[in-house]
Amino acid sequence: MTYIDPHIHMVSRTTDDYRRMALAGCTAITEPAFWAGFDRSSPQGFFDYYRQLTESEPARAAQYGINHHCWLCVNPKEAEDPGFAREVMSLLPEFLERSNVLGIGEIGLNKNSKNEMTILEEHLAFAEERDQLVLVHTPHLEDKRKGTLLIMDAIANTKLKPDRVLIDHVEEHTVADVLDRGFWAGMTLYPETKCTPQRAADIIEIYGTERLWMNSAGDWGDSDPLAVPKAIVELRRRGHSAETIRTATLENPKTFLGQSPRFDAGDA
Amino acid sequence: MADSETPNPMSRTDVVDAYFLEHRAKLLDIAAFLDRVDRAGKAGDEADDFRITALRRALEVLDDGKGDRVRRVLDLMSDTSSELVDVAPGKGACGTPPPAGSGA
Ligand SMILES: [Zn+2]
Repeated sequence: MTYIDPHIHMVSRTTDDYRRMALAGCTAITEPAFWAGFDRSSPQGFFDYYRQLTESEPARAAQYGINHHCWLCVNPKEAEDPGFAREVMSLLPEFLERSNVLGIGEIGLNKNSKNEMTILEEHLAFAEERDQLVLVHTPHLEDKRKGTLLIMDAIANTKLKPDRVLIDHVEEHTVADVLDRGFWAGMTLYPETKCTPQRAADIIEIYGTERLWMNSAGDWGDSDPLAVPKAIVELRRRGHSAETIRTATLENPKTFLGQSPRFDAGDA
Repeated sequence: MADSETPNPMSRTDVVDAYFLEHRAKLLDIAAFLDRVDRAGKAGDEADDFRITALRRALEVLDDGKGDRVRRVLDLMSDTSSELVDVAPGKGACGTPPPAGSGA
């Protein structure tokens, strides 16, 4: 089977993970800019991170026949100091020119604070001015439902079209609101927090596959870079059609990401 | 809830056959966890941990016969306020809203 993992942080993964993903059928990935597990001490730290996302990761992925794309921003976990965040954001225009950059992400909220919202709104304005696709991070655990609603309201105050925005990390208490408002929704498959492959299959059974995708969000924490193929096995085990599986794990990512001419699914 | 466009092709018995043992084990894990909490020493006269209180309330949802259990458990463990907070209290989340003013 061929699949796309549309949200994975390969800077935190080993080369062996690339090999296993390729063996499992992964042909393309997209890597949003996010927190590295520690706060970077200077804008220069982000400059180097953006170089890693646009130079070294695409080359590393290509060794396994995987097309690597990325999203750039200052993530909400490092947005509590607006002055610092704005300095980092001033780096974005030059990097947006690079050939594997699909848009702005993963922006959003983490603890639903005022400063996080200020920086989120500035990213949304930046994306609006440059007609960029947007990938949104929603908060964790008890903060998710509140943050998801606040983020969708902030987007509604812009001219960004909902079908050019993907709201990620949805679960059973947020997926309906996200889809009802016309956004794309991403299910993140994590061992403990967020969705499991079984619950993602349940959500597909309840809501269908329209504007819905899944990803591993594999990173430096407890996560699984093979979570998407595991969800494929789960759907297959239940007897779902090849078409349903292909829609959720290949065609839907292609439809959303293909809104950028830079996206190459690599499945031809 | 939206009408299902991709219903589970399995019968009810198929679902139970496929998942019963796995979830029996998970149930025993919860039982063992609650026993472990009971066995652990209490520091002073502290009240029940807010996370355990939330877990006990969630257990009631599982057996109230009303369905839509996952969403209701997640809602029960969600911050229901709608105002932005003044300053982010760190980066992490603990899984269920801490009591007001606890600084947790
Ligand atoms: Zn992420």
